[in-house]
Amino acid sequence: MGDITASEAAATKRTTVERRSDREIVVTRSFDAPAQLVFEAWSNPELFQRWWVPKSMGMTLYACEMDVRTGGTYRLNFGEGMDFFGRYIEVDPPSRIVWTNEEDGANSSVTTVTFEEQDGGTLLVMSELFPSKEALDESGTGAAEATHETFAQLDEVLVTLQ
Amino acid sequence: MVQYAEVDLDASFAALADGTRRGVLEQLGRAESSITDLAEKFDMTLTGMRKHVGILEQAGLVTTEKVGRVRYCRIGAGRLDEVAAWIETYHHLWDARFSELDKVIEQLKRKEQSDG
Repeated sequence: MGDITASEAAATKRTTVERRSDREIVVTRSFDAPAQLVFEAWSNPELFQRWWVPKSMGMTLYACEMDVRTGGTYRLNFGEGMDFFGRYIEVDPPSRIVWTNEEDGANSSVTTVTFEEQDGGTLLVMSELFPSKEALDESGTGAAEATHETFAQLDEVLVTLQ
Repeated sequence: MVQYAEVDLDASFAALADGTRRGVLEQLGRAESSITDLAEKFDMTLTGMRKHVGILEQAGLVTTEKVGRVRYCRIGAGRLDEVAAWIETYHHLWDARFSELDKVIEQLKRKEQSDG
């Protein structure tokens, strides 16, 4: 019985990534908590900072300003003038947050994250929609360059967690 | 050279954007197959399946070979790896973030229990 529960939990906690069209990418993941808690971890800046920049990214988040309500803005500063910023287009606690990613100018994407309660847990679905296929490709290339060297670090971190 | 690789990647993503074509790749991953067999398996006309295979072939995801009157399809080498690498990068980032998020949520749950 215990084994089944554990394996089920492992299965549902799988992160899936799907390129749904040439300009949209969708990520899903289940969490073992009510939507209210997942929403809180996402919308409270103090909590958000603790998970948004995993050590494996090799980046330091120096400042994090988030006003998570419809029309509010956010700005994440990683030093050296590297800022990620945008606006919250729609905030509907505890089920939905939609925001813009404006640091890339004309290539700005819109991210929608939804939290849906399922079987006592929460299914998170995050979609990132780019203005064009080229914008998505460019973003992907950037991410690949930024994170490629950090995979080894990620493995190390994961080992220490086990 | 770099640009050429990017064009290939676009063709691969376009090819993978369709559910039937992803199914065909999965099928061919298990065993090579004729277009006729694929059409039957996916409940599709021969012409329809030829089109799908053509798109996969253009993207380099599938290669075909005519033996007698039958055209056999198998998984192409190469470019699927590039697509997989792109998605894998995105996956790594989010998987790492969500592992950390799990910990934050676990603490929130414990706090809520002790408060309640």
